[in-house]
Amino acid sequence: MSVPALKAGQVDTRHGTILYLEDVSVSFDGFKALNNLSLYIGAGELRCLIGPNGAGKTTLMDVITGKTRPDSGSVFFGQTIDLLQMDEPAIAQAGICRKFQKPSVFETLSVFENLELALATDKGVWATLFARLNGTQRERIEQVLETIGLTGHRSRPAGILSHGQKQWLEIGMLLMQEPQVMLVDEPVAGMTHQEVERTAELLLSLRGERSIIVVEHDMEFVRSIAQRVTVLHEGTVLTEGSMDEVQNDPRVIQVYLGD
Amino acid sequence: MLLNGLKNDKVMASVLAALAAISLIVPLCNLLFAPDSPLYFSAYTVSLIGKYLTFALLGMSLDLVWGYCGILALGQGAFFALGGYVMGMYLMRQIGSRGVYGDPVLPDFMVFLDWKELPWYWHGFDQFWLAALMIVLVPGLLAFVFGWLAFRSRVTGVYLSIITQALTYALMLAFFRNEMGFGGNNGLTDFKDILGFNIQSDAVRACLLMASGITLILALLISRRVINSKLGRVVTAVRDQEMRVRFLGYRVENFKLWVFVFAAMLAGMAGALYVPQVGIINPSEFSPLNSLEVVIWVAVGGRGTLYGAIVGAVLVNYAKTLLTGWAPEIWLFFLGAAFILVTVLLPDGLLGFWRRHPKEQKQ
Repeated sequence: MSVPALKAGQVDTRHGTILYLEDVSVSFDGFKALNNLSLYIGAGELRCLIGPNGAGKTTLMDVITGKTRPDSGSVFFGQTIDLLQMDEPAIAQAGICRKFQKPSVFETLSVFENLELALATDKGVWATLFARLNGTQRERIEQVLETIGLTGHRSRPAGILSHGQKQWLEIGMLLMQEPQVMLVDEPVAGMTHQEVERTAELLLSLRGERSIIVVEHDMEFVRSIAQRVTVLHEGTVLTEGSMDEVQNDPRVIQVYLGD
Repeated sequence: MLLNGLKNDKVMASVLAALAAISLIVPLCNLLFAPDSPLYFSAYTVSLIGKYLTFALLGMSLDLVWGYCGILALGQGAFFALGGYVMGMYLMRQIGSRGVYGDPVLPDFMVFLDWKELPWYWHGFDQFWLAALMIVLVPGLLAFVFGWLAFRSRVTGVYLSIITQALTYALMLAFFRNEMGFGGNNGLTDFKDILGFNIQSDAVRACLLMASGITLILALLISRRVINSKLGRVVTAVRDQEMRVRFLGYRVENFKLWVFVFAAMLAGMAGALYVPQVGIINPSEFSPLNSLEVVIWVAVGGRGTLYGAIVGAVLVNYAKTLLTGWAPEIWLFFLGAAFILVTVLLPDGLLGFWRRHPKEQKQ
């Protein structure tokens, strides 16, 4: 069987895997935040990461996005792109984007401007200085405004949005970047029940087209979207499987409830 | 293109109109009316206002870096002084054999130090075009090297502020040394001509004021255009959430560097226009205190508006002119008090206060 040829600049996912993390260790002042962690994310997969506080979920995202350099191990995007050789902007431009735990939108800029900054385009200094939105880009922003339900708030400063709306704006900023991998840290914290449902729908609709890793504490939410769930504990993968398998795993119960 | 959207920006439009009026009326009144006429402006007033305009440009350049990019640079005066020294070098070379020692090539201080020939870096400065180029290139290059090292290593906040102070202090010490070849302690002075015209004449002073005004207006319009571009929004975003901007794929250090170099070039132009109007440049222009004063101008006028820095620079310097004439010993106390009061009571400065109030009334 022949493998389809790779287009220039395309991420090599011909083996069906988009992210390879192998034996990754990170320690802060002797504390092992990640301990020989290995994790593989399939192309187009929606993966949920759960685990008690301090299990290493956020550190894992920091490693993938270039914020933290691991002490050892390897992190590959597709088969060929070594993420450990790249810094944050390069990783973001390669197609791995991140929503932070604490909503971090640009409060003095308008909702529209927040999305404009996130837009996938040439992000060099001179290109940015002379950038003007073309018709397609404008349409794209309108589309995303519609998706995140903020069309009526487009010209308002992002700082005055409600907590839930800020979360949505940040998800919108992720969409604007048209990433191949989305890392979503606690997307539904502070959202109303209705907003949680809409977020679940949105993430499910993106599955297949993009690979998504969701970190979330809200188990009901995780159950509503999860195909596969990975449980982290003390910086390493405790177990992996469907939500039912994981919830009935005695080790998981022990980790969450204590001895 | 530079004037787009000015209609909706009333304060900016008023400041621009005021600057245009000053740059036209003051020099014309000086030249057209007799000294006993009530409409006459004295040569002293012309130089004074011309000097204020160069300070306004310096203040605005700091606002780009501080107000928009969030970098509290405490060494903006260094770029101003460098631009001033470049202009000083050109003016020294124009003296020719009219110096005290009458050497056709060497400036007086070099003859006095018993130097036999012109140092290599003084060559070509008798040409105005080269000097004009160096006025922006020298400050720009220093800002580029300094900024490249600092921003790439992600030096931010108070640490960056301290090293910018150190930069201007180090330059001051260096320029005090005679071996540097810039006149040491005394600096460069006794200028005679600029572009072949007598630098002391009323017409040249009027032209220098006009040139300062026009440069300021153009710089303000271009800066406004930069700030209203997408780059301006990226830079504002960097000020508020630097880390987040990196994760959107922007190389934050390059954006900071661009603004820092651009602002240094504007400060260099301001210095170059300042020197012929005051007739001297010496190492005290590098004094860290000068750069701190610029910060106060911007804070008083209001950060992040461009025109706030201009109004602040003019107001504070007008107060300085009045107070240092009347009671010089209280000037620094006044300056300190103004800074504290503005920081505590008017965090957006005088113009921020003025701008916000009508809005609140409307709502």
